[in-house]
Amino acid sequence: MFAWHFTEMPYPNLPPLESLSTMRVSLANKHYDPMIGADLYNRYLDEYMIADDLGLNLLCNEHHQTATCLDVAAPLTAAILARQTSKGQICILGNPIANRGDPIRIAEEMAMIDCISRGRLDVGFVRGVPYEIFAANTNPTQTVERLWEGIDLCVKAWQSVEEPFNFEGRFTHRRAVNLWPRPYQTPHPAIWITGSSDLDNIKKAAARGYVFATFLQPHAKVKWMFDGYRSAFRDTGLPGGGGTAYMPLVYTADTEEEAEKGARELTWYLAAKSEPQYRNPPGYVPVEFNVQALKGTFTGRTDAMRQKSLEFLKEEGVMVYGTPDSVAAQIKRLYDLVGGFDHLLMMQQAGSLDHARTVKSMTLFAKEVYPQIRDLARTRPLELADAAE
Amino acid sequence: MPSTANSSTVSIHDVALEVERRGTGRPLLLLASEEQLEREAPFLDALAQQFEVIIPSPPGFGVSERPDWIANADDISYILLDLLDALDLTDVTVVGCSFGGWVAAEMAVKNTSRIARLVLVDAYGIKVRGPFDRDIMDIWTSHPAAVSAATWADAEKGKRDFSSMNDDQLTIVARNIESFARFCWDPYMHNPKLRERLHRIDVPTLLIWGEKDGIVDTAYGQAYANLIPDATFATIAGAGHYPHLEAPDSFLATLHPFIN
Repeated sequence: MFAWHFTEMPYPNLPPLESLSTMRVSLANKHYDPMIGADLYNRYLDEYMIADDLGLNLLCNEHHQTATCLDVAAPLTAAILARQTSKGQICILGNPIANRGDPIRIAEEMAMIDCISRGRLDVGFVRGVPYEIFAANTNPTQTVERLWEGIDLCVKAWQSVEEPFNFEGRFTHRRAVNLWPRPYQTPHPAIWITGSSDLDNIKKAAARGYVFATFLQPHAKVKWMFDGYRSAFRDTGLPGGGGTAYMPLVYTADTEEEAEKGARELTWYLAAKSEPQYRNPPGYVPVEFNVQALKGTFTGRTDAMRQKSLEFLKEEGVMVYGTPDSVAAQIKRLYDLVGGFDHLLMMQQAGSLDHARTVKSMTLFAKEVYPQIRDLARTRPLELADAAE
Repeated sequence: MPSTANSSTVSIHDVALEVERRGTGRPLLLLASEEQLEREAPFLDALAQQFEVIIPSPPGFGVSERPDWIANADDISYILLDLLDALDLTDVTVVGCSFGGWVAAEMAVKNTSRIARLVLVDAYGIKVRGPFDRDIMDIWTSHPAAVSAATWADAEKGKRDFSSMNDDQLTIVARNIESFARFCWDPYMHNPKLRERLHRIDVPTLLIWGEKDGIVDTAYGQAYANLIPDATFATIAGAGHYPHLEAPDSFLATLHPFIN
């Protein structure tokens, strides 16, 4: 089991949340103070460096036009960490390749970071969550196609070493593609994919040996997705060898009371508000889902989680919090409930959880929890005979 | 809800199109709005007493297929010109509403050999002013209540009871929403080329605009009219983006002298 530190680099210094209609897309940036932002960026980067010292791996992502995430360019964060840390694996989860629209530029950036870090980079690709559509102005009905075309082009560019090639796809046209640099890792860094419902995508990731990651879902749904992944997995020896990753919110403390207090602060992330038009852009989910939405029976993950109690979220494995032994027990329980997994992605900082308490929780985890779970067996393919392709 | 009972399927190239034909008389091609609210509307019954009204669902709307290659109103206009050929219609009055008006304009700049006259009702399709100017309200970043208020003079009229619809009907609603976004997301609700092609329209054209349209206002409609050689611009009081639905009597009173 690999453990990863993660923060979305939130900007919590906002007016009372009740007074805002949205924290995403259209919250006026007059509410962003660059002086506070400067402190926050440096603080969050410091925490990644502490995580590295503690033996944790480092996970970063990006979002746009939102107070929930100041990291608007994960490759910049990863590049800083590539230079300023020395041990931990660095994963971008992920590059919003459907929204960025320039797969070759992404392939170049990843190759450069991989070289600077001397091969410590894992490269995630994401379709992008619904509200990202607006900042990127990507056609919401085509993001899945854009995602896979972009990945195919990136992977080809990383692996193509003999001569330049041309690409004339549906969304991207490039000529004489010839990466300088190519990645440090040969043929390329491990690839990660995220998902939350589309089983076809999950199986496609598995068949290619990509790591599949999912976030903040009830454990029964995580098991459903991981089972889909495992049923399609082929142990092809591809880079990274595939695997599964799950992200809960995690807070570790000396006492249960302190842990609950910290966990409550982390729920800031789940409470992030947005206006209805940003939650389900037209065509982002298939027609069948939108039929359910018109009936009022499909509301999306965040809405479903928002109103739940801390205890409920703990039971579902969406939140893991407590003393070190309790946290270790909860992770082992989750591991058993979902059929095992390889990467524990921990959102250990969210909202206004301050530096001292974030570091305290990270340190307790690294020193007292990680040793108890590190040796949990990696996911193995369940039914090789049923593998895709 | 639209009934598909008197619809048939016409295959154009690789697209199976749903086409409804109603009434008898000279042909009138009705290109419905993106919400396809027209089929049950009173103005249509009035038209069907005088015309054979032909109502195709464009690719991706209603139950018409949507091949991946169809990306915008320009692509759709070729399919619908092909439909006029396939049905061998001549002397056609084309009435297009909202998105359907945009498609009608795209058809008319290409080939009017089967088209006698053109009516555009609160149509999208062109960019009038500069890059920082909002010619067309951004319905996808606006709160649904604001969109409704901009669409209807009386927002109550825009309310739809989805709970009374079955899954087939809801599937059509969801497909229409999705296809509209697919074709109109970027460039937003316009074809940058269309403005420079409107001079080619060589049939009499009437533009009818709801005075209270908050999606594309009357200044937009007037600018649209100014780009078409033989065009008349008329407004309908007490109506928003769908004057044919919201003020059918005034709408028909404006339309009749032009189409007769």
